[in-house]
Amino acid sequence: MPHGRLLELTGVETQLRVKDGTVRAVDGVSFSVDAGETLGIVGESGSGKSMTALSIMRLLPRSGAIAAGSIKFKGRELTELSEDEMEAIRGTEIAMIFQDPMTSLNPVFRTGWQVAEPLRIHRHEDRRRAEQSVVSLFTQVGIPDAARRAAQFPHMFSGGMRQRAMIAMGLSTGPSLLIADEPTTALDVTIQAQILELLRGLNRDHGTATILITHNLGVVAGMCDRVIVMYAGRIVEEGRTEDVFAHPEHPYTWSLLRSIPRLDVEEHEELRAIEGSPPNMTKLPAGCKFHPRCPFVIPRCAQEEPELRPVREQLARCWVTQQGTSLDSAAAHG
Amino acid sequence: MSQAGTIVAAGEPVRRTPVALLGLLRTNRRVAVGVGLVAILFLIALLSPVISPHDPLATSPDDSYLPPLSPGHLLGTDELGRDLFSRVLWGARVSLPVAFVAVGVGLFAGGIIGLASGYAGGLVDLLLMRLIDALLAFPGLILAIAIVAALGPGLRNAMIAIGIVAVPVYARLVRAVVLQLKQMEFIAATRSLGASPWRLIVRHLIPNLMNPILVQVSLSAGFAILAEATLSFLGLGAQLPTPDWGQMINSGSTFLNNDAWLAIVPGAAISVTVYSFNLLGDSLRDALDPRLRS
Repeated sequence: MPHGRLLELTGVETQLRVKDGTVRAVDGVSFSVDAGETLGIVGESGSGKSMTALSIMRLLPRSGAIAAGSIKFKGRELTELSEDEMEAIRGTEIAMIFQDPMTSLNPVFRTGWQVAEPLRIHRHEDRRRAEQSVVSLFTQVGIPDAARRAAQFPHMFSGGMRQRAMIAMGLSTGPSLLIADEPTTALDVTIQAQILELLRGLNRDHGTATILITHNLGVVAGMCDRVIVMYAGRIVEEGRTEDVFAHPEHPYTWSLLRSIPRLDVEEHEELRAIEGSPPNMTKLPAGCKFHPRCPFVIPRCAQEEPELRPVREQLARCWVTQQGTSLDSAAAHG
Repeated sequence: MSQAGTIVAAGEPVRRTPVALLGLLRTNRRVAVGVGLVAILFLIALLSPVISPHDPLATSPDDSYLPPLSPGHLLGTDELGRDLFSRVLWGARVSLPVAFVAVGVGLFAGGIIGLASGYAGGLVDLLLMRLIDALLAFPGLILAIAIVAALGPGLRNAMIAIGIVAVPVYARLVRAVVLQLKQMEFIAATRSLGASPWRLIVRHLIPNLMNPILVQVSLSAGFAILAEATLSFLGLGAQLPTPDWGQMINSGSTFLNNDAWLAIVPGAAISVTVYSFNLLGDSLRDALDPRLRS
């Protein structure tokens, strides 16, 4: 597998104009992705994970703009590229698959024709070549009877098959980075597993680095080398997946992990929801943005916002764990 | 005739293929009848020089005011002895092209306004839609009459006027569909493949607009024919001696008491034509609307 830094975000700040002013949907986010790596980004709705992905693609909604920071891809500064240069990167170097396979294919075109669109845009393949490419791509992503399926329209495809077609489209030009924004959220659980297995296989066979955006921690556990947890547009915890799952060092991650059912513990703990509601991005609290909902809150949390600092094997943005307190033992005594 | 614009829902989006449209002819009788009638009208317009029994302009004072079913004159003759049947057939050569040029003007201008408005949104949308609202504030025919009065009577100006009246319908229709399509992820997905905005609009958005536009074109062709006849009736469209249906009703109206067929015959021609286009439009709308599809 090739190594080296593929993508590097430094202090990225993305602003969205809303009714009552501007909102920092992504606030000082820095992370990197190495070639061939799978990075998970988790967080609840509105935590800025999709906006981070759209910032990388420079496909923000009209009301959004990257206000600060740098996004380097293979050494090129994406934020400074012209729109034409960016179009040349989209679909060749970086591909993206979206959440809703039902609407992510254009209903009026044959699926095969659409899947070949990047080949026509970037490689100027003629019809014959493109058709052959599509059949081999469909076979690769596990669409049976590829030649016949390519001639069908999207409404004749099931959700899972459409997502496979989207993945085929993303992979057609052999990108080195695939951004999957909630690729399995709209699918049945069994189909989810198949799609994840497909993504894993493609990552293994082609060495395509993947950014997997999800709110499903189970998906992250099964897929990702590293994970980033986002809250209110900020990274609150970052580390290798095993470390973050074994001993979360941010109370938000800790709470998330306790809010999902587990089969591997004999004594079934009570599932705990996170108290309160997701923050209003136009009126963020002072200090740590999670402190109003945090079970471990200390006075300092309401006054000063912590930095993302090393805590044990990972990075966490929390005053409590940065002092060396273990969340599990604090919870036991709490 | 609905000037309000008929919006075919793009919610469960259109599934269009040329094949599917041809298939409609076989499976949907109303569509088949509508297409058949419109096709006959076009054939008449095309072939009227060949199939007309008489020269539509040739006067023959000895044969004036012949009633319908007179020997040699199926629909009778007018006050100058001109054969009405031939004049009605030739009238199709005026009405249909005028209607289609007018619809073309409306579709082109309205389509561009609707695309720009729906795709760009924001201030562009706001300004363009206020312009369209201003156009809509006038009743269609009154606006057309005002425009022709300003530009001067004649068929060319009548086409422009009717076209302008049709602009708001297309602008709103296209804008509405584009707004619906913009919600769908394939727009972002296509951009993420590296397609330019131009390519996105031309190759991915416009094909999705074809179904509702097809329906609206059929419906507004009916309106345009009626509008053209009205303008010509008022002397603002076709000028003498062009055989034109509206113009024929106008001159026939003088003789309504004794020789009513002089006005009734061209009136019937207008009715049949408008009915044909409306039938086609209505049946296409029903056939293509997924909410009504069984």
